[in-house]
Formats: sequence, structure tokens, C-alpha cells
Amino acid sequence: MTAEPFIRLRNVRKVYRSQGTEFLAVSDVTMDVSEGELISLVGPSGCGKTTVLKILAGLHDADGGTIRIGNARTPFDPARDIGMVFQQALLLKWRTVLDNVLLPAEIVGLPMKASRSRARDLLNLVGLAGYEDKYPQQLSGGMQQRTAIARAFIHDPKLILMDEPFGALDALTRDQLVLDLQRLWNETRMTVMFITHSVAEAVFLSDRVIVMTPRPGQLDRIIDIELPRPRTLAMRESPEFNAYNRQILDLFLARGVLRES
Amino acid sequence: MTTQAKIHDDAALTIEQVEAQVQDRQARHQLRARTSAVIYPIMTVIGTLAAWEIVARAFAIPTFLLPAPSAIVASLVEHTGLLLKHGWVTTVEIVLGYLLSIVVGVPLALAIFMSPAFSRSVLPLLVSSQAMPKVAVAPLLLVWFGFGLLPKVLIAFLIAFFPIVISMAVGLASIEPEKIYLARSMGLGAAATFFKIRLPSALPSIFGGLKISITLAVVGAVVGEFVGGDAGLGYLLMVANGNIDTPLLFAGIIALTVQGVVFYVLVELAERLAIPRQTAANAAVLGLA
Repeated sequence: MTAEPFIRLRNVRKVYRSQGTEFLAVSDVTMDVSEGELISLVGPSGCGKTTVLKILAGLHDADGGTIRIGNARTPFDPARDIGMVFQQALLLKWRTVLDNVLLPAEIVGLPMKASRSRARDLLNLVGLAGYEDKYPQQLSGGMQQRTAIARAFIHDPKLILMDEPFGALDALTRDQLVLDLQRLWNETRMTVMFITHSVAEAVFLSDRVIVMTPRPGQLDRIIDIELPRPRTLAMRESPEFNAYNRQILDLFLARGVLRES
Repeated sequence: MTTQAKIHDDAALTIEQVEAQVQDRQARHQLRARTSAVIYPIMTVIGTLAAWEIVARAFAIPTFLLPAPSAIVASLVEHTGLLLKHGWVTTVEIVLGYLLSIVVGVPLALAIFMSPAFSRSVLPLLVSSQAMPKVAVAPLLLVWFGFGLLPKVLIAFLIAFFPIVISMAVGLASIEPEKIYLARSMGLGAAATFFKIRLPSALPSIFGGLKISITLAVVGAVVGEFVGGDAGLGYLLMVANGNIDTPLLFAGIIALTVQGVVFYVLVELAERLAIPRQTAANAAVLGLA
């Protein structure tokens, strides 16, 4: 790992309070992420993955621990350096695909002419060339999600946070979007934090997979994925790939997240 | 062509060609739907009027009971000036009552949306006030404000403002929370989030309320004139009723209907200007496109 981490989390803790009861959502989360890394968080529902992401995005405050994003070489401004993708595309119905992609550029105040050509490039990269002037309602779910991904990259954020971006898509579209995301990441080399339920998706995409277990949500293990890049669909059949899968599934079995009998 | 060959043929089409075919089929379907949307209701109206005319003549129904359409048309022509004069009075009442509904309803909706405390203290009163029949309040307003314009405007307002408040408050609140997260993650401030994302998202719902309200404002103005007025289409209806001038009664009802439809269409035009894309999308869902 390079000298100074881009993201540094130390003993991060988050408690949700509602109607007098307290619920420890995440506890003792400690991790370093270097710049340009693609990291996945996998784990069952309720293990606090989304909470970690929301803390990183500045949408939630942590109740304990320290969070630092950015380092001396790459300073980080939370107001402009985050790109987010959610499970739903969350496109604005009254804007065209191109204008939806341009929204962050508009908000951050980038020069529009350059942004527009960059938006076209991004749409091209995610396979949406020719759809710039369509409206979201005219697109399929997969295409809407591609638009949302392009939108997350438009303002050259230093950190991309993705919360189960492919969770609502069919398996084939999912495969395609995973490949598209890999290509996009390969071209931009941004730091990406990716949340998923799918172990195979996490192994396929990531430099490192962070396995989380619930009650309370905490990091269980961090697994380095040393498969060559770019990764191909065929690699999913390889023994190395399956060994990583197995390792994570065994962890879930051991923790009682999965039960075989 | 054999079935086998046909399937093979279909499979040879590129996805773009299939898409083009589907779009073409949809366009044709839409054209057909649009034509029938105009022709079907016109045929229904003509058919009904013809049957009415025939029945009225064949059974020699007395005009004071049920005038034939031709008699109503004659009355419409004869009393055009009268209808226009009284129609103008009603129009002013409707417009003022509706504007008052918007001027009061919009800030009320904003306050309900922004302040839970305000919402909790005002909303139950507002809802229960809607259960109260406004017609029953009309005489009271007459006592307070006399027989002039003001009580009619107030009744129109009282009947019309509620849908604006509810639809706007609900519209503002019903956005996906993730959209707000998304805006915040882009560093968008609270005010900018409201105007750039939340308000536009709520516009279809707001216009839904505005459209209900305009029809209610018409009802309110007429109710006000019924209870105590010396002008307006509602007053004219009362006079025609008193004189057992049933053709004029029908003519007044037609004038009111036309007036209501014109107002509704004006609001819908405003909606189309404000949110062209979404109006089109909604119309498609309702099969009106």
C-alpha cells in the first residue's frame, strides 16, 4: 500500500435512536483505503454497510471514532468530491439523460461546455451513446442505472460511493453493468467504495473485499483479491475466483449469517 | 414463409430495428387513440341530443318539465347578452376566489411541510373544517359581509383552497429520501435542493390539487349566488327557476358548464407549460395521449 491512505477510519461507531431504544448500527469500524482503490463492502442486510457509506458521504455523523478523507497529496472537499449511486437511479424526470448526467457539474459550477462533452464521453462509456436527449421514463431500468453511474463520475469526484447500485437489476444487465463499471474505473482510476449483497460481484470487481457481519455491524475480515485486471467473465469459472468466493461464504457460515442445514 | 423461416427472420433483426418497429406500432396506436378520443364523445353527445329531441316531441313533454334541445338552444340565443353579463359576474368571483385559494393555500402547505409543530396544530383543524358543509356557512358570511362580491369570493375560497394545501404538502413530502441524500452528497444547499429537486418533483401533485380546486371554485361561487345574490349565473338560475323558465334554466347550466370547462382547461394549459414532460407521461398512463 502507498504511503498515506486516502480514507482513514478508526473505531467508527454509529448508534441509531428511535422512540427511546438504541440500536448499535456499526461498531469499531477501522480501515484504510488508498487512492484509486476499488473496495467492496459485502454482508447481509442490517450489517451496517450503508451506514458506513452514509458516514463517508457526510450524510450521517458518527457517534464515535475518527474519519478522515483526503491526504496531503489529494485534498478532499466533501461538498464537491463525492459521487454517489444508489439502488434506484433517482433521475429527475423533467431532465433529459444528458441533463441528468450534467446535474452535479451544474451544482459544483463546472464550465458547461467542457462538461457537456465529458458527459457524452461518459454516456458513451456506459453504452448510452444516442440516448442523450431521451427522458428517463423512456429508458429501461438498466439504462437508467447507467445514467446514474455516468452522473456520479461527471464532476471528477475523488470518491465514488455506490450503495447496491445493481441490486434492482436482472442478472444479465447486472453482468453488463459490472463490466461497464470496471471499464469506467479502469479509465478514471477513482477511489470507489462499492456495497453489494453479491459475493461474486464483490470478488469480481474489487481490489479488496471487506466482509461485514451484523449485530452489531462490524468488519469481520479484509480480503485482498489478487486476480489480474481487467477481469473477464471467464475468470468467474477459475479456481482462484471460486476460492475467494468460498472463503467469504465460509465466513458467513461460520458467523451464522448463512446456514446449510 | 414457413414459421421456421419467420422466426429465423425475426432473430436476424437488430435490436435497433425491433425498437423502430415497436415505436412505429406505438405511434400508429397513439394516432388511433387520439382520433377516437375526439370522435367517440362527439358521437355520444349527438346521439343523446337526437334521442332527447325525438322523445320530447313524440311524447309532447311540457317545456317547463323538459324542454327539447332546440328550445334550449333558442333560449341560449335569445338570452346571450343576459348570460354573458351574469357570466362575467360569476367569472370575477371564481377568479378572485381561486387566486385567494392559491395565495393562502401555498404558504399554508409550505408551513405544514416545513414545520411538524405547525402541521400537528393546524392540520386536524383544517381537516375537520372540511367536514363542515360550506353551504351551511354561506348565510353566516352573508350576514357578515353583505350581498356583494366578497361573500361569494370567500365561499369559493373556502371550498377550493383545501385540495391545494393537501396536494402540495403531500407532493413536497413524498420525494424519495435518497434523492435528498443525493443532492446533499453533491453539496447542494437546503434552499437549492428545494427549488431544484423537491419543488419540481412535487409539481405534478400540486397541479392535481390546482385542477380539483378550480372546479370547486366554480361550485363555491354559484353556491354564494344561490344563497344571496343580485347577479351572477347562480342568481340567474334562481330567477329562471322562480319564473318556471326551464329553457333558461338549462341555458344557465350550460353556460356554467362551459365556464367550468374553460377554467379547467386554462389550468391544464398552465400545467403543460410548467411541466411538459410529466404531463405527457401522465396522459400516456391515463390513455389520453
